[in-house]
This record gives sequence, C-alpha cells and structure tokens, in this order.
Amino acid sequence: MAYSDKVIDHYENPRNVGKLDADANNVGTGMVGAPACGDVMRLQIKVDDNGVIEDAKFKTYGCGSAIASSSLVTEMVKGKTLDEAAAIKNMEIVEELALPPVKIHCSVLAEDAIAAAIADLREKRGEAKAESAA
Amino acid sequence: MSSLNIPVYLDYSATTPVDERVAKAMSDCLTLQGNFGNPASRSHVFGWKAEDAVTEARKNVATLIGANPKEIVWTSGATESDNLAIKGAAHFNVKKGKHVITMKTEHKAVLDTCRQLEREGFEVTYLDPEENGLLDINKLASAIREDTTLVSVMHVNNEIGVIQDVAAIGALTRSKGIVFHVDAAQSPGKVALDVDAMNIDLLSLCAHKAYGPKGIGALYVRRKPRIRIEAQIHGGGHERGMRSGTLATHQIVGMGEAFRLAHEEMEEENKRVEALRDRLYDGLKDMEEVYVNGDLEQRIPGNLNISFNFVEGESLMMSLKDIAVSSGSACTSDSLEPSYVLRALGRNDELAHSSLRFTLGRFTTEEEVDFTIAEVRKAVEKLRDLSPLWDMFKDGVDLDTVQWAAH
Ligand SMILES: Cc1ncc(COP(=O)(O)O)c(C=O)c1O
Repeated sequence: MAYSDKVIDHYENPRNVGKLDADANNVGTGMVGAPACGDVMRLQIKVDDNGVIEDAKFKTYGCGSAIASSSLVTEMVKGKTLDEAAAIKNMEIVEELALPPVKIHCSVLAEDAIAAAIADLREKRGEAKAESAA
Repeated sequence: MSSLNIPVYLDYSATTPVDERVAKAMSDCLTLQGNFGNPASRSHVFGWKAEDAVTEARKNVATLIGANPKEIVWTSGATESDNLAIKGAAHFNVKKGKHVITMKTEHKAVLDTCRQLEREGFEVTYLDPEENGLLDINKLASAIREDTTLVSVMHVNNEIGVIQDVAAIGALTRSKGIVFHVDAAQSPGKVALDVDAMNIDLLSLCAHKAYGPKGIGALYVRRKPRIRIEAQIHGGGHERGMRSGTLATHQIVGMGEAFRLAHEEMEEENKRVEALRDRLYDGLKDMEEVYVNGDLEQRIPGNLNISFNFVEGESLMMSLKDIAVSSGSACTSDSLEPSYVLRALGRNDELAHSSLRFTLGRFTTEEEVDFTIAEVRKAVEKLRDLSPLWDMFKDGVDLDTVQWAAH
C-alpha cells in the first residue's frame, strides 16, 4: 500500500506527541478505539481562560494513517474554541491526508476523539448540558 | 555481492527469488536454439527432447518426496494442487461419504476450497490447533466419522512456520481408509518429506517457495494403494487425464532444477538459515513484551513470527521501510480481521495486530540480520513512545479491565 506524502510526513514527524495532566480542570481527555480493532487514540486538549484550545497532545496505537490523523487533529484544534473544534468533520482529515477509502475509519476515530475530549472537559466544568444542547 | 542489500528481503515464505542456476536451466527451454518443443509431440525430435527434460524434472520432484515419477501431476501451483486434491478426492468418493476434516490454520487455498465443498453440500470440520499451532492427534481421531472421506492438513504453516506431525496423521488415516492430503507448499528444501513413510496420499507442491519460478506446481497422487481423483480441468488428457493442458517445459524444468538443488543443499542451508534466524531472535528477545507465535522447536529454520505488544503491525512495517516483511495485522489486508492463523492459536487481537513475520532464506546475510535487529528495535521504541497502550501498561493498568469504546 502506498501512503500519501502527508501521511508519511505526520507519521515520521508526529506533531504534539505526549500527555497533559488528565486531572487538571482545564484539560479534556478523549480515548477512543479498542486494541482488538487495531487502533486506540488518546487526544488531550487544554483550554485557556477564554475557552480557547491552547494546547493539544496525542498518543495513538494504530496504523500509519491513524497516527497521522491524530497528529493532524492536534494541529487543527489549536486556537479554536470548543464549539469550533467540535465542528471539525472527518472528511476534512480525509482530504488533507488524502486517505484512501479503507482508511476512512481512522479519520472517523479522530473526529470521535475530539468529541470525547470536549465532552470530558465540559463534564469537568459542569457544562454537560451545554454539550448536548450544542 | 555486497552482504547488505537494501531493501532487505525477509519474506521468503511469500516467495523466493529464482536461483541463478534455475534461471539458466529455464532460459535454455525457450528459443529456437533451445528446448522449446511441445513435450506431447510424439512425431519429432523437438517433442522428444522436451519430453526428456520433463521426465528429468519429474524425477527430481519425485525424489525430493520419496515418490515414483509416475505419481507426479504438473499443475500451475499449490493453489491448483490443493483444489485438484480436495475437490477431486471429495467428488470421487462422494458415494462413500460427504465429510471432510481440515484445520483452521490452513492456507486459504485449502480453506476456500473446503468452503466451496460446503456450498455443494459437503460437511467440513475445521479443527483448532493447540496454542503452539500444532494439531492434537486425539482431536483428529475423535472428529473422524463413518462418512469421512478426506483429511487435509498442511505440513509447514506459511505464517508461523510450525511443522505438523504428518506421519502420525498418516498412520491414523491409513488405518481408517481415509484419503490424506497434505499441503506441502512451504516444505521443499526445509523439511524432509517421504510420502511412503508418512502415509500421504495426495501432496501439493509449488516451485516458487523453493527458488523456482512462480506459476508451476505439482500434485503427488499415490498409485499404491491407488488414489483416484476427479479431474478439475478437462482437455487433451495430459497427465493421465488428471490435468489437461500443454506442459510448460521451461517452468517444469525450473521446478525440477530447484527441487534437485533443494534436495542436495537442504542440510547445509538449513544449518546456515537457522543460525541466522536464531541471531535475529537473540537480537530481539530481550525487549519487553515480545512473544513468539507458534512452537519454537517444531518449526522450520527460516521463520520468526513475533508480536511486539502495544505496537500495531502495519505502522511497524511503515517504519521498517528498508525491510520487506509481512504482518498479521488486519490493516495490511482487505479484511478488518487480524490474522486468522494467530487468532486460531488463541492469541488475543492485540497480539495478532502486533505481529511481524520474518522469513529468512538462501540469500540472507548476517549483515542483513544485524541491520534488521537495529531497525526493528528503533521502530518499536519509537512507536511505543507514541502508544497510549504502552503508557497504560507502564502505569500498571491492566488493559483487559479497561472498557473500550469499540467501533
Ligand atoms: C501453505 C501454502 N499453500 C498454498 C499456497 C499457494 O501456492 P501458489 O501460490 O503456488 O498457488 C501457498 C503460498 O502462498 C502456501 O504458503
């Protein structure tokens, strides 16, 4: 299977690998996927006082496209509000990385990871309702 | 020849390069100046010469498996041989019964042929291997029924390299009057075969896993006691009616020469390849959380199938771009399931997803093995640094207790 240059670039130089303090009140953690399915993504976001995402970190177990999708997502969410981040659609990832059809599930997983991280953060801040209303 | 050839080829169980000596023998059978005739032409010297070459090749193939040359039927490869043997024997014996026994770890050429028989109304039992990949003969014995006509068990497994005790199976099937087919595509030059001592009735072979060309194979069909099969390809009645079609002299000569060399050089080659395989394993086994898949003793010398826990196989191969290996990870195939062979051993999905198959062979060098060790260690380390599962493992989280949001 041939990979696109963008997938290879993210795979070889993954952006924002790491871990944020999951207990901090301004950090949201989303972990999606399952080892049995061959991919697990952990995405963490940290917001500033204005509710804007100032930092994002990831770790991913999965194929090259899964790693590239999560790496790309950490770049995409930075500087966005939670609502803006929540509006990111998996097809944007597919297009940016030129993922083939068999790898679309990697982008879906990345979209799910954003949603999970945002939900975690909102829950921590007692905003669970706001999320379901959004 | 430089002793480090990049990319390094460690996928000898997928196919092998053709040995130069084999290529030479083949190219002598193509042009006007060469031995190009139709072996079935009885009326002139071109045909006779071609027939002589085919006879010589038939003898070389028969010798490697302890058979009579008259028991060799040329086919296009092991897939066709498996089809001919299984459909041919099941169909021929349909009056006696419609039950076939095989294993879950067989090659698709056997499994898919059995599925076809099921569609035709046959019943097939797929036996589970033990955790080491080997068949428990007692499980086979208790699966045999009145109406069982055929047992098909492979000799050497293509993924994990384990060697089934076909002699024990053959003793059992012979005593019950059941036809015994063996897929031995991976055996030539690696494990000795003796169809008489092993009581094998039908045996599938191909050339391209033993330094011969692709597109040629053979089926051994026992004459005493005579095993009868129904032809699957009809035509001019070649190969005693069992497989019609003009014989491909150059391919057959290639397979004959490859098998002659395999017979001659097997012992020495196995020693050398085994030392290299052990060197590879020694270079990797001190890493944390690595598991060899399949029995380490009952195994061909050139195979190392190993799982690097918490690292996914496809991404690992992506890191190893200068090394050609294969993976049991689902992401490398069209299906979403990881290797059915590893699953059948009872390996969990994680370990199945994390596996790499290294297969070494005639042209593998120490330098290539050392290069591979260094590259694999580097890649596994890099990917574990990226892996949330590795983090959790290091934090002492038992991954089996985590509620995963399966997708
Ligand atoms: C065990 C086994 N059986 C059958 C085959 C199919 O052989 P061929 O490619 O000659 O049809 C292979 C090779 O892929 C194999 O490893």
